[in-house]
Order: sequence, then C-alpha cells, then structure tokens
Amino acid sequence: MADITLRVNGNEKKVSVSPETPLLWVLRDTLALTGTKFGCGAGLCGACTVHVDGSAIRSCSTPVSQVAGKSVTTIEGLSTNGLHALQQAWIAEEVPQCGYCQTGQIMSAAALLAKTPNPTDDQITQVMNGNLCRCGTYERIRKAIHRAASGGAR
Amino acid sequence: MGQGVRTALPMILAEELEADWKQIEIEQAGASTLFGDQTTGGSASIHTTWDPMRKAGATAREMLISAAALTWGMPRSSCVAENGRIRHSASGSSLAYGELASKAAALPIPVDVPLKQSKDYKIVGQRLARLDTPAKVKGDAIFGIDFRLPGMKFAVLSRCPTIGGKVSRFDDKESRKISGVSYVGKIGDSAVAVVADSVWGAMEGRRVLNLAWDDGPNKDLNTAVVTAALKQAASKKGATVYAVGEPAKVSGRKISAEYSLPFMAHAPMEPGNCTANCQGAKCELWAPTQVPQDCRDSVAQAVGLDPDQVKVNVTLMGGGFGRRLEHDYALEAALVSKAINAPVKVIWTREDDMRFSTYRPVSLHQLSATVDGSGFPVALTHRLIAPSITGQKGQPTPGNVDPDLPDEAGPVYSLPNYAIEYVMAETAVPLGWMRSVYALQAAFALESFIDELAVTAGKDPFKYRLHLLQRDQDLQYFTTTWKTARMRGVLQLAAEKAGWDKPLPAGRFRGIACFGCFATYMAEVVEITMEGGQTENAQPRVHRVVAAVDCGQVVNPSILEQQIQGGIVFALANALRAKITIEKGRVVQGNFDDYAPLRMDETPVVEVYAVPSTEAPTGIGEPSVPPLAPALCNAIYAATKKRIRTLPILS
Repeated sequence: MADITLRVNGNEKKVSVSPETPLLWVLRDTLALTGTKFGCGAGLCGACTVHVDGSAIRSCSTPVSQVAGKSVTTIEGLSTNGLHALQQAWIAEEVPQCGYCQTGQIMSAAALLAKTPNPTDDQITQVMNGNLCRCGTYERIRKAIHRAASGGAR
Repeated sequence: MGQGVRTALPMILAEELEADWKQIEIEQAGASTLFGDQTTGGSASIHTTWDPMRKAGATAREMLISAAALTWGMPRSSCVAENGRIRHSASGSSLAYGELASKAAALPIPVDVPLKQSKDYKIVGQRLARLDTPAKVKGDAIFGIDFRLPGMKFAVLSRCPTIGGKVSRFDDKESRKISGVSYVGKIGDSAVAVVADSVWGAMEGRRVLNLAWDDGPNKDLNTAVVTAALKQAASKKGATVYAVGEPAKVSGRKISAEYSLPFMAHAPMEPGNCTANCQGAKCELWAPTQVPQDCRDSVAQAVGLDPDQVKVNVTLMGGGFGRRLEHDYALEAALVSKAINAPVKVIWTREDDMRFSTYRPVSLHQLSATVDGSGFPVALTHRLIAPSITGQKGQPTPGNVDPDLPDEAGPVYSLPNYAIEYVMAETAVPLGWMRSVYALQAAFALESFIDELAVTAGKDPFKYRLHLLQRDQDLQYFTTTWKTARMRGVLQLAAEKAGWDKPLPAGRFRGIACFGCFATYMAEVVEITMEGGQTENAQPRVHRVVAAVDCGQVVNPSILEQQIQGGIVFALANALRAKITIEKGRVVQGNFDDYAPLRMDETPVVEVYAVPSTEAPTGIGEPSVPPLAPALCNAIYAATKKRIRTLPILS
C-alpha cells in the first residue's frame, strides 16, 4: 500500500492503494467515478480512456503510481455541465446504442480535437481506431466529431 | 441493452394515449409477474408489444376522456384528448392528465377501444431522440458494472478452463496475502471465488490462487473433433422443417455444395457482472440481464428460496447480443453473496467472457439443387446440421427440431420442390443464442448457393433471384407466412439504391443477398475492393453496404437505422474473423487481440432504406445480420472467381 496524490477533474485526491493498481480501478472503486469503463483490461478496446495531463491514455493498463502528481480528467470532468461540444454532438447525431463504450470514445475524440481542431477523416480514423464499439456506431461517431469540430453545424 | 426500446415502446404507448412526448420518463421494471414473459430477445420487443402498448394507451386515453366528461358534466363526444390534456373546445376548458388520473383510474376499464389510423400518427414514425442518450454521453448512466451498494464486496471467480471440468483442490494462502482479500471459497463444483474490497484486489487474489483442476471428460476435445462430429451427424436422417413437392424425385442436372461455420462469441463491451445481496430469506439482484424472470427463478432454486423471495432489478446493459440470455453471472453473484453473507458484485474479465461464454453453434450445410434448361432450380434441398442450443440446455426440442429454427431458418424463394431439413448434432461446447441465432448460418449457406447457381446458369445474381421471387406466393413456415412479394420488394429496393444496373468503378465489385428472419425481410448489396490485388493474400475491403428492409410500420427511423448499421458492423466482424477454437477442451481465444471485433478503419458506409408500410411492425435487432456474409462472399466471388464456403473469410 502507498499513499498517492493525484489531481482528478481539478481536485486533489489522496488515495491509499497498492501502487501497481491500474488507474481505472482507483477511479471506479476508490473515487466512485464509474463513467470510465472496464472493457478488456489490456489496452485493446479504449473503454477506459481518460486524459493524463491532456493526453488520452488507457487507464486499465496504467498503474496509478505512474500518474502520481499528475492531472487526470475523466468523462465526469470533461465539462462542468456535461455539455462539451463533443457531448452535444453525440446527442445531436444520436450516436449511442448501448452506450457503454461511448465515454471512452468521447475522451479519445476530445484529446484528438484538443490537438487537431479540424481533423480529416484519416486523422479521425487513426485516433478512434483504438476504441471498440460492438454496437457498430463508428460512422455516427465520425459524424459527431466533424460536427463538434465545425462548432455544432454539420 | 442498446436497441432503443426504452424510447420506441413509450412512443407506441404515447401515440395512442395522446401524451405530451416532452413529459415522458422511463422507469425500468424488474422481474415481475405483471408483464408476461420479460425476456428481451428474438427481435421481439416491438413485434410483440405493438398491440398491447397501443391498446393500453388507447384504453387510458378513453378513461381520461370519460373522467373529464364526468367532471364537466359534458358528453364524452365533446371532449378531445390532445398533447397530455383533455380539452372541451366549446367552453375552452381543459384539464391535464395528471389532474384526471385518479378519477380515471376508478372508472370501469373499457373494452374494444378505438385505435388510431396510421395516417393520423404524430409520434410513431418520427425520428425522436432517444431518451437515454444524455446520461450515456455524460458518464452518469449506471450499467450493471457501475451499480454500488454500501459495504459491497467485489468477487472474481477462477473457473475450470476445461469444458465440463471441476476444481480438484485449491490453496488460498497466497491469495489471502493480497490486501483486501476477505474470502476464498468454492462456488459449485467448477469454480473458486476470490472476494475482496476492490475489483483489483479480487483480481490479484485470483492471479496468485493455487489451483488444480480435474479436467473431466473433454480434455481431448478440439476443433477437429467438433468438425468430425458434425460430418458424422450429417449421415443421420434429420427432421423436415419445410417441404414443398418432392425434391428427391426430381430428375435433371444436379448441383450441390457444402458450407460450414465456426463457433462465435458475442463479446459485448460490458463484461459479465451481477450484484447480489443474498442474506437469510431474502435475495436481491441488480443484473444486466435479458432474462429477469429466469434470473429470479434460477437464483431462487440455487440458494433455496421461493421465487417471490428473490427480487431482480434490471440495470442498463453494455450490449448483450444474446449473451445475457444466460443466468450464469446472476447465479454466481447470489451464491457468493450467500457464502459471505454480504452484498457482492461478481465481475468477469474479458478473458472470462471470451472463454466461458455460450457460443453460436457450429454448423454444416449440404445444399443441392436440380436445375432446368435455363439454370433455374426446380428442386432445392438445404440440410442444416448443427447442435441444438435449447437441446443442450436440457429443454424440450419437439420433433428433434431446435425451437429457434422456426424464426430463423425458413424458405426464401418460390420453388415447386423445396425442402429444409434439420439434423441435430451434439457437442460438449456450451451453446448460446447469438444475434440472429441460426439465421446467420442458414442465410450464408442458402444465399451463397443461390449465387453459385446463378453463376453456373450464367445469369446476373440479382435478376436470377428476382426470377425466383417473381410469383406472388405465401410460403408457410411454422407460424410465419413469408410473402415472396415482400422479399421481392426489399431485393428490388436494395438493388435500385445500390445502382445495380450501373457499372462500378474499376476494381470495385459487389454481391447481393436477401433473407428473412423474425418475420422481417432484408436485402443487402455489398461493395468491395480486393486489397493486395490479384495475390493469394488479397483481402476484401468493404466500402459500402446498401440495406433494404421491410419490417412493417417503422416506429422510429433513427433507431431503425442504428440497429441495421450496428447489425451490419457486427455481421461483418463475424464474416471476416469471428472464430472460437477449442484445444485440449479449452477455448483458445481470450481478448480483443485474438477475437477482434470491427474497428473504425474497416467500417463501411451503410445506407438504410425501409419499404413504406403500415403492416404491424416486426423485429429489427437481428435481421440485418444474416444477409451480410453471403452478400460479401458473393462480392468476393465476383472479384476473384473464388467461392468461400467456410467462414470466417480470413481464416
């Protein structure tokens, strides 16, 4: 066990867990932030995507010790009112079916737009290819990212 | 679980109720004796509740009108239900439904209430936004895995990896050294549960658990043995499930071919899980399940309670595709909770989900036809050899026919002699119902074979099919009447929208297929290129799928498109790669690296067209799956002159 301090959604959090615990389980079990999902435990599906110091990472395969002192953003902290441009675009394009992977999809897309405000189809595919969706919502995800990039218009 | 029925079902009710859609909220029912069979499956939600929902809405509407008429002392005929209120136009009075509800509820329930005409629909048929979307994008939607109880523990189970094997012995010394591990114990004969105060603690406790297995009777089982057993079963006489004329007595030129398909896994994004609080004479479950009543009854039996002592709450589900028609995760959670006398959440890892799933049955198909001078079949026989899902679970299979076949393996074409025969094979590998169930296998075989016949006849595959559907005929298959006119309608619509009569750019090829299941008609045109040119290793890349559907009245076009787009992406992954193999009695695949779903880069553009219809609606969750694989393989034939008779394509 170790005491680890991290900044989650703008708030300093001190947790007492074994240092190799994946960030995912610290977020979900210790901090009760269940918007970040468990899908594969191996960095293969992207359902657990969060931002660490602004970059998208897979929290299921990131030991919490690696993010000590760093700034973590989860879906709950992406915007203050749940209305980030991408979340609005996701609603406008009616993206989710089961919805389980969508928070990870949005976090990946948010990291993309932060660096590339107007991504091409290829740039979207390159980044979003790491996020699986068994409901097959990929084409609506693509449309939603374009919609958010263009300020809400299509 | 993602099919949109939490929006579509209230749309049907609200239409007849003349409700204000903005006021609609959804409350999820748990297992109950009030609602009949609560199973979510078989593309049945809309199909089976269309009438009950409409009648319930209309009955409530009429009672609200009566309550208002009594309140005002006016004749009923002068009162109108509109947008959540009853209005009396002459006096300008109006009352909200909420103001009338208790008075209305005390009135006698009318019978034979009038139902609206489809031309008067204001809600049904509209692209209304799904009610559950905002919570899903904000991250505050609570799926089964997210549900928490105060003081709840977490458990993972180590299950015998060999099918049918048992725990021989275990030593929990190392597991108990892991921080937070509070319990290690056998659950049933074949699993050991590790309980901790965090998921990670339970996973770590399981990782170091010292276990020995008794592999049992299947330790030498492998995929080759499964395949050989199917071939052997093919020599048995099967049960005739459809028969017109006498195909065996027709003489002429014979053409035959065999097709085969592997086991497949559902792999929904949310791994199996269930929360249980099972103490004393009470057990409560929070289950992401397609079968709340089965969970209640199975758990009651397993923990020694009456069904009414078990309460099942249904949570959101991160996909299902049929996997959550099983109750295994609920049983485990109840048994672990009972063992520790505390609330617990059992979580499966991805590897658990992949290796302890219930798989789409393997199948072998023997197709034979006798063709006339123009190359059209005058007789066709389809022998479907596959183990029975229901039979394996010890449930009845009247006439040696799997009871799912009547929804999924029917006839498509109007032929003078046509037989479908089912041969029940056996396997030890656990079987389950996976999206479209046997229709995927039946359609792959039939629609590939029809393409082979068209090629042999030197005819265009679309026009060849059209010829076989030209006569209006009712094909009676168990309780479904398949109409060739409706199948012809979707085939023509798909071909027209795909521009079948126009040449494709160089290097592009296309294939077509049509099939019906769960009383819905589908046709799909798949456009591909072959990446890697003319080489042996060339692989198909699907660019565009044009799908045409006839599912009767469309309740919500946006949800319809979602389901068809999703079904096609699911089916494309199945066709290209999905294959569960067995070695030494164990499932080989474990995660999304060796059982890889489709990703964005492989996803085609899917265009969806619905035949306008006012017929009662039928299912839409599954019917887009079956035509995809044959349409794709037919496109690959068009490109390469190579016929694929075994799935997956990239094996």
